[in-house]
Amino acid sequence: MQRETTYDVSAIRKQFPILSRKVKGKNLVYLDNAATSQKPSSVIDALVHYYSHYNANIHRGLHTLADEATAAYEASRVAVKTFIGASSPDEIIFTKGTTESINLVAKSWGGTFLEKDDEIIISSLEHHANIVPWQMIAAEKGAKLRVIPMDDNGLLDMDAYSKMLNAKTKFVSIVHVSNALGIINPVEEIIRLAHMNNALVLLDGAQSSVHLDIDVQTLDCDFYVFSGHKIYGPTGVGVLYGKRHLLEKMPPYQGGGEMIKEVSFEKTTYNELPFKFEAGTPNIADVIALKAGIDFIDSIGKPSIRKHEEMLLEHASMHLRKIPGLKIIGDVENKVSVVSFVIDGVHPQDLAILLDNQGIAVRTGHHCAQPLMQRLGIVGTTRASFAAYNTIEEIDALVLALNKSLKMLL
Amino acid sequence: MSDHKTIKNIEQELIDDFSLFETWEEKYEYLIDLGKKLPPLDPAFKTEAYKIKGCQSSVWIHSFAKDGLVYFEGDSDAIIVRGLVGLMITVLNGQPAKEIVNAPLDFINTIGLSSHLAQTRSNGLRAMIKQMKLDAGVLG
Repeated sequence: MQRETTYDVSAIRKQFPILSRKVKGKNLVYLDNAATSQKPSSVIDALVHYYSHYNANIHRGLHTLADEATAAYEASRVAVKTFIGASSPDEIIFTKGTTESINLVAKSWGGTFLEKDDEIIISSLEHHANIVPWQMIAAEKGAKLRVIPMDDNGLLDMDAYSKMLNAKTKFVSIVHVSNALGIINPVEEIIRLAHMNNALVLLDGAQSSVHLDIDVQTLDCDFYVFSGHKIYGPTGVGVLYGKRHLLEKMPPYQGGGEMIKEVSFEKTTYNELPFKFEAGTPNIADVIALKAGIDFIDSIGKPSIRKHEEMLLEHASMHLRKIPGLKIIGDVENKVSVVSFVIDGVHPQDLAILLDNQGIAVRTGHHCAQPLMQRLGIVGTTRASFAAYNTIEEIDALVLALNKSLKMLL
Repeated sequence: MSDHKTIKNIEQELIDDFSLFETWEEKYEYLIDLGKKLPPLDPAFKTEAYKIKGCQSSVWIHSFAKDGLVYFEGDSDAIIVRGLVGLMITVLNGQPAKEIVNAPLDFINTIGLSSHLAQTRSNGLRAMIKQMKLDAGVLG
């Protein structure tokens, strides 16, 4: 569905009702897309349509509404399968979000296959969601968590990584794109080296899924996880992709309805993939609306969006670099449309408050990556992150508002 | 003491001051100025014991009693929050413990600061006030 036309950002903006609202009397400039993206009308309408026309519990009902709801729910699974290039919809498990997907793998795979003194590798760039679940399972199993170091620009030390891999390494869980800095990690190399060492690899795709073309089969990652709300879809729905043979060997994460084949008080047999991992009534409405988010991306095409976002990133980086005392953290070539920066003598919180008063939404703080901030020796950064609907004018508004804020603070 | 101002008196003065501000800029410039003027806290008190941990910035409050009244010193690594520390010290400093503990501090709503400054999670006023009141309760 990719079109070779010019990028019509104003037509795209019209699809997002929230973008026309005012904040503190000013036009909203929403630059916190790495936290969550805004939703097009098609996603909002899909939610309303589901509840107004075919709300029903799925998979078991024998009435029309249940049929329609089941069909729409499973159509979403197929859309996700295509979105990330999985080989079968059975490899797509719906969860609450990236965090739950990682917890599922840590608990189910880690709980079964990790042994005392085994090693799990993560990186210095991880979000807390890809640190804490592994710490928890490591503590339970007596396994060790090892961390790939990075340089001051946020680039991972691949030499150190290759030396870290050993017979005890069972699992590598790595962020594909850093949420705090936007850096794209060399995951192809990370996966190749891990596999040479018979270790499995999970990619945290919370940030990469919206910006990069993802083909899990080409990447050859064993698990890929992401959240619906960062890809223009609703909150409360996420995805766990896993290779079929791995998911089949993993025990269920939760017990209940939907995930069973037969239950007696003596013994329960589990349902097959993907239902084995979807206990209870799932988040039907949000799963269905997620497809509308994916359709939105496909209607423009990821490469076109990426090109637009790269233009915004370049424009922003160029103008931000001119601000005295401002330093972009992770100012490297290979990144997505995230610009994270610090300014001499200015606390990020002060900036966020003053920018908010000018209608500009950015994120400040540690970005749920405290170990990364400690490594960089900073309390936090100010992060502007761009999406398909952002404009050059909005970047200019950010720069103007930043300069005004600095005049007030310094 | 005939010139003793009650917490209510000081709150009213602040409400009068803030009512003169016509733009958000003036309001925040006042806070930033207050933050810059607040004397730095003795490093001996900038420790974990005196810290109010927040998601974004840190606040330290040191409270002590003198002649039956409660006094506060404080600091923050963010300047606007430092201004808020200064604001609360202006209102509560040198008051009897009981008055501090029972003060409703309604002025916060009246002067119209952004709601996120009052949120506990952003380590705003609410967390700060809670600690100042707890300290006053102990010192009183």
